Amino acid sequence: MSGATQKLGVSRGVSHLVGGVALSLLASIANAAYQVNFQEPATKLAQTVSDLHMMMMYICGVIFVGVFGVMFYSIIKHRKAPGRVAATFHENTTVEILWTVIPTIILLVMVWPVTKALISMRDSTGADITIKATGYQWKWGYDYIKGEGEGIKFMSVLSTPRDQIEGKAPKGEHYLLEVDNHLVVPVGKKIRILTTAEDVIHAWYMPAFAVKQDAVPGFIRDTSFRAEREGTFRGQCAELCGKDHGFMPIVVDVVSEEKYATWVAEQKTKMAALAEDPSKVWTMAELMARGEAVYTQTCAACHQANGKGLPPAFPALDGSKVATGPKEGHLDMVLNGKPGSAMAAFGKQLSDSEIAAVVTYERNAWGNKVGDLVQPGEVKALRK
Amino acid sequence: MTTATTTANGHSVGHDDHGHAPGGMMRWITTTNHKDIGSMYLWFSFAMFLVGGCMALTIRSELFQPGLQIVQPEFFNQMTTLHGLIMVFGAIMPAFVGFANWMLPLQVGASDMAFGRMNNLSFWMLPPAALLLTVSLFVPGGGPAAGWTLYPPLTIQGGMGMDMAIFALHILGISSIMGSINIITTVLNLRAPGMTLMKMPLFCWTWLITAFLIIAVMPILAGAVTMTLTDRHFGTSFFNAAGGGDPVMFQHIFWFFGHPEVYIVIIPGFGIVSQVISAFSRKPLFGYASMVYAVAAIGILSFTVWAHHMYTTGMPVTAQLYFMYATMFIAVPTGVKIFNWTATMWGGSLTFETPMLFAIGFIFLFTIGGFSGLVLAMAAVDIQMQDTYYVVAHFHYTMVAGALFSAFSGAYYWLPKWTGHMYNETMGKVHFWLSFVFFNMTFFVQHFLGIAGMPRRIPDYAVQFADFNQISTIGAFGFGMSQLLFLYNVIVCIKGGEKAPAKPWEGAEGLEWDVPSPAPYHTWEVQPVVK
Repeated sequence: MSGATQKLGVSRGVSHLVGGVALSLLASIANAAYQVNFQEPATKLAQTVSDLHMMMMYICGVIFVGVFGVMFYSIIKHRKAPGRVAATFHENTTVEILWTVIPTIILLVMVWPVTKALISMRDSTGADITIKATGYQWKWGYDYIKGEGEGIKFMSVLSTPRDQIEGKAPKGEHYLLEVDNHLVVPVGKKIRILTTAEDVIHAWYMPAFAVKQDAVPGFIRDTSFRAEREGTFRGQCAELCGKDHGFMPIVVDVVSEEKYATWVAEQKTKMAALAEDPSKVWTMAELMARGEAVYTQTCAACHQANGKGLPPAFPALDGSKVATGPKEGHLDMVLNGKPGSAMAAFGKQLSDSEIAAVVTYERNAWGNKVGDLVQPGEVKALRK
Repeated sequence: MTTATTTANGHSVGHDDHGHAPGGMMRWITTTNHKDIGSMYLWFSFAMFLVGGCMALTIRSELFQPGLQIVQPEFFNQMTTLHGLIMVFGAIMPAFVGFANWMLPLQVGASDMAFGRMNNLSFWMLPPAALLLTVSLFVPGGGPAAGWTLYPPLTIQGGMGMDMAIFALHILGISSIMGSINIITTVLNLRAPGMTLMKMPLFCWTWLITAFLIIAVMPILAGAVTMTLTDRHFGTSFFNAAGGGDPVMFQHIFWFFGHPEVYIVIIPGFGIVSQVISAFSRKPLFGYASMVYAVAAIGILSFTVWAHHMYTTGMPVTAQLYFMYATMFIAVPTGVKIFNWTATMWGGSLTFETPMLFAIGFIFLFTIGGFSGLVLAMAAVDIQMQDTYYVVAHFHYTMVAGALFSAFSGAYYWLPKWTGHMYNETMGKVHFWLSFVFFNMTFFVQHFLGIAGMPRRIPDYAVQFADFNQISTIGAFGFGMSQLLFLYNVIVCIKGGEKAPAKPWEGAEGLEWDVPSPAPYHTWEVQPVVK
C-alpha cells in the first residue's frame, strides 16, 4: 500500500519535470500566465542561451529518468517480502570508475558550447552605440556617450501610478514594467551598455537580450547586445538595492534606423529647450510648479507626496528643521546628501534649476510657509 | 532518562549516581552532558525553524498577489534577510550540531564529547545571538534588510539593526568554531579501540569534514562583517570606491565563506542519509570508501568555486570560465554519492518507514536541486538566472528538500534511541507526504518564475508572474502547517508510546544500537572494543 502511494507521489514529481519540459517546447505560449520558458529571445545570444538551457534540460532529464528509473524499480522489486534475502554486495570498482568517468565526460561535452557562448557574450568590441546606464536608488539614468545620439541623457523612472500598487486602481498591462522615458536603440546595431551606480550595487537586466550586468558604484562594467527585431522589451533591476529594488524597471524600444534618427533629433531639441538659461529669473509660481514635478519624480518615493516621510529612515519634510531652516543648509542637504544614510547627493542627478525649484517647493508646500525662493544661480554657486 | 537503567556493560546508572548534580533550570544551564546539550540544540533549532518559517509565510503572503497588501517594502526586505539568516544559522546548522552532539559519542563509543564545558558554552551562545537577530526588527530602522548575503554598500546604509546582526554573526561563528573543535577532537581522539577511521559510521566522517570546513571559513565571515562594521562606523573604506575600496571585494570574501557554508549545511545530511538508506535496505552502504573520498573531495573543491555566485559582477571572461569548470566538477563526487545510495538500495530488502521516506525524498529532490545548480554553474546561462527566482528554487531544493529532509530522516531514525518510545508511524508518513507535496508546490514553480524573468527580493511583481506566485504561496502555507504534525508527533513520542527496543530498526548498524533505548544519561563509560 505504501509502495503504491509512494510511486504516485514520485510520479507526480517526474510528471512535473516532463510536463515542464514539454510545455517549454511550445514557445508560442511563452507569454502566457503559466510561462515556463525564457522570454522570446530578441538577440542571437539570447536564442543561444535558451538553446543551451534546453540541451542541459535534455541531458539532465535523461540522467534523471535513468537514475530514478533504477531506484523506483528497486523500490518495487526489492522491497522486503517473505523469503526475500538482501544481497550483501557493497563495492564494485569497475562500476564506480565508470560512473565517475562517464559523468565527467558528459560535463565536458556540456561545457564546450557554453564556453563558446560565454566568450561571445563578453565581447563588447565593435559597438555602434555606447550608452552608460547608471543605477540610482531607485531609478536608472542613461547617457548616450558614443555613436549616433551622443549627448542625449535622461532619467528613467517607474511610471506605474501608486494607486495601482496599493490596489486602489486596476493594474495596467505593464504594471511595474513601465517607465516615463524609454531607452531607445536602433535594430541590428551592436549596443554597448556601460553600467555603474551612484549609491549601492544595482544590476541592469534585460531577459529578452540575455543581458545582466551588475552596476557597481565607483566602477564601470560593460555588456552588449545586438537586437535582431523591433519591439519594446522590459527588464528590471537585478540586485537588491534597498526598499524600491522591485520598482526600478528598464524599458528598451528597439526601432528602425529611420525612427531612431528621428528620435535622436527630437531628444536633442527637447534637451535644448530644457537647457539652463543663466539669465532667466524664475518666479515663485514657476518654481513651485517645476518643483512639484521634480519632487514627485525624485523625492516622493521616500519623503512621500504629503511630505510626511517614513520616519526614521525617511524623515518628514513637512515641518522639518532642514526644510524650514536656513536656505544654505537645505541646499547642502539636497546637493550633497547625507553620507551613511539613504539620502543621496542629488546635485549629480538634478540641474541647477531643478534643485532651485524643488527646494523652493519643499520650503513652501504642505505646512511649510518659509516664503523664500531659490534661483538657479544660487545653486550653482554652492556646487563644489 | 530519569529512571535507573543499565548500560551495555552492565553498569547501573541513574540520577542518584550524580550526587550533587543540579536539577531544574540549573541542570540545563550547567550541563556538560552531550545528550542534554544535543537535546537543547535540537529544540533551539526547531524553535528557530518555526520563527524563520513565520517570516517565510509573511514573505509568501505579500507575494500571493501583485500589489502591496500586507507589508511595506522596507519590512519585506527585513523579512527576506532574517528568514535567510535565521534558517541557515539558527535552524539548519544548530540542528545538525544537535545530531552531532547526541550521536557522535554514541557512534564512536566515547562517553561524551571531548570538551564538556566548551560544549555547554557553544550551545548557550546561541540564544543571545537569536535574540539579537529577532529583536533587531524592533529597534529604530528595523532589522538588517540587505539580504542574508549582506552586500555593501547597501549594508553601510541602515540603522543599528545591521550592527546587531553583525554581532549575532560573530557569536554564531564562535559557537560553531568551538563546536567544531570539539567534534574533531572527539572523532580523532576518542574512538573506541578497534574503530579505525575507515570503520566509522559515515555520519562521523561527514561531521569530521564539516568541522574542518567550519573552522576554515567562519573566521572569514567574521572578517567580512567586521570590515562592514568599520566601514559603517569607523571611517574605513574597505567597500567604498571613493575611499579606494571595492564593494565587490566583500562578495569575494563573503562567498569564499559562503560556498563552503552551503556544503557545511548539507554534508552532515549526506551522512545521515547514508546510514538510513543502508539500514532500511538491510544492506551495507555501497562503496563506503568512495563515499568518504567523495565527501572529502566535495569539501576541498568547495573552496575553489566561490565566484560562481558572482558571474555578473564584471569579472574577466577567463575567470568566469575557470569558476564554471571548477563548479562543474563538484557535480562528479556528488553524482557518485547519488549513484552509491541507489546501489545501496539495489538488491536490498527494503521497507519504507518514515526515516526511509525522508531519505529517499532527499535523494530525489536534492538531485533536482543539483541539476538546477548545474544549470546555474553554466555561466552563459547563469546570466539569465542570477538574482532571479531560479536561484531561490535551486537553494530551497538543496537546503529544504536536502538538508531539512535529511534532518527529519535522522530525527525519526534516532527518536526511539533518544526517547525510548516509537513515534507514531502513520503520522510520520503523513508528515512526509504532506511535506513532499507542498514543498514541490511551493518551489518547483519558482524555477519557471526565474526563467520567465522574475527577480528575487522584490515585494511586488509584474502581472505575468501572478499565477505561479499564487501556487507557491498556497504550497508554502501547506508546508508550514505540515511541520506542526512533526512537532506534535515528537511531543507525544517523548511523553509515551510503544516502548522502543535497543535496536528498533532491523537493518541498522552502529554502536548506538548497542545501548538501551532510551540511551542512559551516561553511556560507554567503559569503551566497547570494535572488531
